[in-house]
Formats: sequence, C-alpha cells, structure tokens
Amino acid sequence: MEHRIQLPTIESAMRSIHAGDTVFISGPLFGIRDATQIRIFDRGVRPPADLSGHFVIHTAPNVKKRPDGGYEKICIGTTTSTRMERFSPLLISQYGVRGIIGKGGLLEGSTVAMSTYGACYLSIVGGAAALETTQIEEIEEAYWEDLMPECLWKFRVKDLGPLLVSIDAHGRNLYFDVKAAAKKKLDEMF
Amino acid sequence: MDYGVVEDVAKQLYIFALKTIPPDVTDALQRALERETSDSARSILQTILKNIEVAGLTTNLVCQDTGLPVYKVRIGSDCPVDGVKLRRAIVRGCERATVEHPLRSSIVHPLNRKNNQLNSGEHMPAIDFDFSDGNCVEVTMIPKGSGSENMSFLKMCLPSEGIAGIKRFVVESVFNSGGNPCPPTIIGVGIGGTADLCARLAKNAIVRPLGTHNPDPEVARLEDDLLEMVNQLGIGPMGLGGTTTCIGVNVEMAYTHMTLNPVAVNTQCWAARRAVATIWPDGRFEIGH
Repeated sequence: MEHRIQLPTIESAMRSIHAGDTVFISGPLFGIRDATQIRIFDRGVRPPADLSGHFVIHTAPNVKKRPDGGYEKICIGTTTSTRMERFSPLLISQYGVRGIIGKGGLLEGSTVAMSTYGACYLSIVGGAAALETTQIEEIEEAYWEDLMPECLWKFRVKDLGPLLVSIDAHGRNLYFDVKAAAKKKLDEMF
Repeated sequence: MDYGVVEDVAKQLYIFALKTIPPDVTDALQRALERETSDSARSILQTILKNIEVAGLTTNLVCQDTGLPVYKVRIGSDCPVDGVKLRRAIVRGCERATVEHPLRSSIVHPLNRKNNQLNSGEHMPAIDFDFSDGNCVEVTMIPKGSGSENMSFLKMCLPSEGIAGIKRFVVESVFNSGGNPCPPTIIGVGIGGTADLCARLAKNAIVRPLGTHNPDPEVARLEDDLLEMVNQLGIGPMGLGGTTTCIGVNVEMAYTHMTLNPVAVNTQCWAARRAVATIWPDGRFEIGH
C-alpha cells in the first residue's frame, strides 16, 4: 500500500501503516547523525527544536554557505542507521519522534520502542543521494553549526520517497526476517 | 614532473570519482536487475540506476559520502619523480577539491573527533606508492564510502582450516554486514601475507574492475565460488532481501608464512567509486575509469 504523509504527524497515522508499505513524505524533516545524538543524549543538551511528531533522517549533507548565513544544498543522502541504534529508542520515548529514515535498519530496542509509542523506520536507498537531493526543497535551518557537517539540520521536503516501511508500529522488522532466512542458509552451508 | 599539474589532477580526480560510476559497475548493476526476481529488490536496483543517471544529468555527487580519500600511485621506471613533492601535491589537490567544489569534509581526529574541514590530517588522504614499467605516473583515486569501510574484517585463520576456513570467514562477514554496507556490494578479499599486507590486498581487490579474474587459476576459482556462496544468503539490495547481495568478489593474494592463513575482507558499496589519471612528465594528463 502507498501512503502520503504530511509532517508533523500523529500516533494513529503511524499505527495505520505496515511493514512492506511505501511512503512519500512532505513538510519539515530533521537531519541528525552520530555527533548530534552524542550531544543530545551523552552530554544531555536539549535540542533547540521541537522534534515531537516529526521524522528524522540519518544524514550529514554536502552544503555551501550563502552570504546571508544560510545554507544551499549540494548533495544530501543517508547514512547507516545501525551505528545510532542506542539513541533511537530515546528519540522516540523522550522527544516524540514518529519516524526515522535511514538505511541498514535498526535493532531490537528500536523495534520495541516503535511498537510501544507508535513510530516507524523507513528505508531509503543508501547511496542514491543525487536523486534524494532533488526531493529536498530547501535547508531551512542548521542548528549547532560547530558540529559541521553533523549539525541538527532542518530541511523542507516534497514527496521524499519511495520510502519502504521496514520496521512498523506493530513489532515487525523486515531486516530481522531477512537475517533469519540468511542465518538458515549460512547454517546449511557450513 | 610538473607538480602543479599533479595537484590539479588530484583535485579533479576526487570530484570526477564522486560524480561518476565506472562502466563495469553500472553494467553489473543493470545485469543484476535483469536477473533479480524479488519485486522490492528490483525496485531498489531501479532506484540505484536512476540515481546514477540523475547524478550525470545534474552533475552532482552520486552519494553524499565524500568518503575516506585514498590515492594509489604507480610510478613508471622512466618517469623522474620527487616522491616528497608528489605526495604534497596530492594532499593539496584533495584539500582544494574539498574547499573549492565545496565537498563535505568527512575526516576527523580519531580521539577528539575534530574536523579541519579539508578532508585531510595525519596520514590522510591515504596514499600508497607502487612502481611499474613506463614513462608516466598513474593515480587511482578511491573516495571510500564509510558505511562499507565499517564492514571490514580480518582473521588469522589456522593453516589447518585451509580454504574452507577462508570461505567460511568471508561468507560470515557478508552475513554479519547485512544491509549496512549498501549492498549489492563488491567484496574484496586479501589472503596471505602479514596481517597489514593482507588488509591492503583486500583494499586493492575492491579496486580491480568487475569481470576480471586473479591471474592465479586457483585464486580465480575461489572468486567464483565465493560469489556464488554469498549470493545464496539472500541478504539482497540494501539488506531487504533478494538474490543480488554481491556483484563481484575479487581476491588478491600474497605468499605467507607456513604458520599463517590470514584472510581480510574489505567491502565496497554499490556506489563503487574509483577514477584513474595518467600523468606524463611534460604536463599532459588523462582522466577516466
């Protein structure tokens, strides 16, 4: 099934989509990465923007600084999510994040948090940044510029997708399904 | 040798490598799409191919990850070169690409994580020197994606584990990597040598074009066997299932000690970026794949 989501969104909207569905999103989208979340969770600094009801994307973009102090997009893509597994349940439970966009998947803790609070993980095609950049309209804000390029970014996107729902709010994790089948094959081989 | 030219080429090569995918890789992805049976895997492969096209049309970077800048330099025996000046020119070319394009600086101090916004620092860019016959300098540039570099593995297998031990370690490495390295991947395998040489061979293996084989027939057979085995896992494009986990396994080998059986795995993402420049002492140069 295909869904179009306007951000920010609410719990019931996230409960109505399922693993295997396709999603396109429009509206504001926050970019975060390792250093951003180390500051939020390990150093205990509250993010300067309200993430409640929003989606975040695991990214650190190529940008060009404009004379007015803003940033122009050059190339924006997505990084591996599994590195940031330990932060993800907290983004959902403490800050009300409803969707995490990334590649490579998230693990058990995030899967449980998504089903408890009503959030999803949406897979984008890693490396397909040239295409992704065309779906990002503008960089609205860069908070914590000292972390460049791992700032807290606020983008505005239009029909960003197709995103595959790979962890849903009902406890299903497609990466776990693929890994379980691969483990069986591995055991047969050796 | 004109080191100003070397500097310009080192800059252009980094940017060219980031914006294009070598034709052997695009062909392999296209063939994978034709063979792939899973609908979701086909859709991912279509997005990948579309992205390569969009990068070409918009002259943009294929992937946002500017990677670890790696330069592999081969100096011809009839080419007069000052190694110190050559190295300095390459470092400056890498830094100029970063500032002048501009590119995201991805390189940080390993302890304090400070980023000098130049994609350089101690031992960065990583530069290897080698030698060959000829009257030119050949420079291969690899902006090595970090998602796949994080999926690097080394095991000092026992001699008694033999070829079976090597195979098992490679297949387990691909299994453990899952969707993290942006499959379909190229798997570079180093066998033999010392621990550090083995790891370098694995990196050299990911640079060898697809469709080529190791000249040693026993090693070439290992490449074919490993490709078939890893694709049986069903990890698929982006780790979401399918028959295309890997589009090539390249193995490079060195003789080793009778006590050792080292095996190293270096993973390359589908965006297997690499570019090659040939530079002559009179200042002429060519850039391609």
